[in-house]
Amino acid sequence: MAGTAVRGRLTWQVATVGSVTDETTSVRTIELEVPAWAGHRAGQHLDVRLTAEDGYTAERSYSIASAPGEPVMITVERLEDGEVSPYLTEELRAGDEIEIRGPIGGYFVWDGADPSPVLLVAGGSGVVPFRSMLRHRERIDASAPVRLLYSARSPGDVIYRAELDKQPAGVEVIYTLTREQPPGWTGHRGRINAALLGEVAWPAGEHPACYVCGPTPFVETVADTLVSLGYPALQIRTERYGGAGGT
Amino acid sequence: MHAPHENDRDVRALDGNAIGGLFLEIFGTEMTTAFTTCATCGSTSTVAEAVVYLQAPGAVMRCRTCGAILAVVVRRHATNCVDLLGLAALEPVPG
Repeated sequence: MAGTAVRGRLTWQVATVGSVTDETTSVRTIELEVPAWAGHRAGQHLDVRLTAEDGYTAERSYSIASAPGEPVMITVERLEDGEVSPYLTEELRAGDEIEIRGPIGGYFVWDGADPSPVLLVAGGSGVVPFRSMLRHRERIDASAPVRLLYSARSPGDVIYRAELDKQPAGVEVIYTLTREQPPGWTGHRGRINAALLGEVAWPAGEHPACYVCGPTPFVETVADTLVSLGYPALQIRTERYGGAGGT
Repeated sequence: MHAPHENDRDVRALDGNAIGGLFLEIFGTEMTTAFTTCATCGSTSTVAEAVVYLQAPGAVMRCRTCGAILAVVVRRHATNCVDLLGLAALEPVPG
């Protein structure tokens, strides 16, 4: 007795795992082959559904890590007590099939047409939709200058480090490491606060587009701080995720 | 069983992006950009900016201004029960 009214419009479809890439000890990128993929926008997400032998299902949302036009990729952080992420990060192999639904979302997206400066603020695996945006920027040769402020616990927790360190002109990546810094670290330390945002963020007068993604408390703090720095709330787009991922 | 700590509850509060897939299935169109009007306080916003809890018995969407319940979706087998009584308006962006 599956629903029929919505079946033709949007339903779950089977994706085949193409390849898996370990990003850190607890984070993995999964490339998916999706025959009927409608194409996505930078910043969108998709839902993954796993079904147990007894019919029990669990669904989770994951940001799309690849640019529009590239194969669909998601990057998943393993949560120790998670129901879905341990399977995706430890058990899944190339050739396996999972059910997905998407692409989803029209709010937390950046199409690259607007030349206004862009501020991206990531906490932990909140950096994932920003990889899609940065790859998209490079593919379409967009002119908007971008600053990515990325908060991670330790050097080993930085996702996409090699790719982020070789961005084209017009993109600046600023790290802050909150718990552990390597010897000789000259970057920022500690959590993102008003002083760091005041130093890194574009002046509010330049009308930057702001995107903030991370765990809920991280997003609330950063968005509130940006408002206190004079950013109009309407210019700040937020995406919160659950779980216990560190920032 | 015991009540969750307040911090646990806070961590579980997401936003309307998290309900985008479910709403796409129900309404057949992109809904995170849809405009909302809270029936309780009258504030206008978008689905993406609402507070969403997915761990409740069903998905619960609350007004970020006053906290009132805007929508509840409970799924059982292949049927979604959709309660939008907390919304005075829900308007998807055309196109």
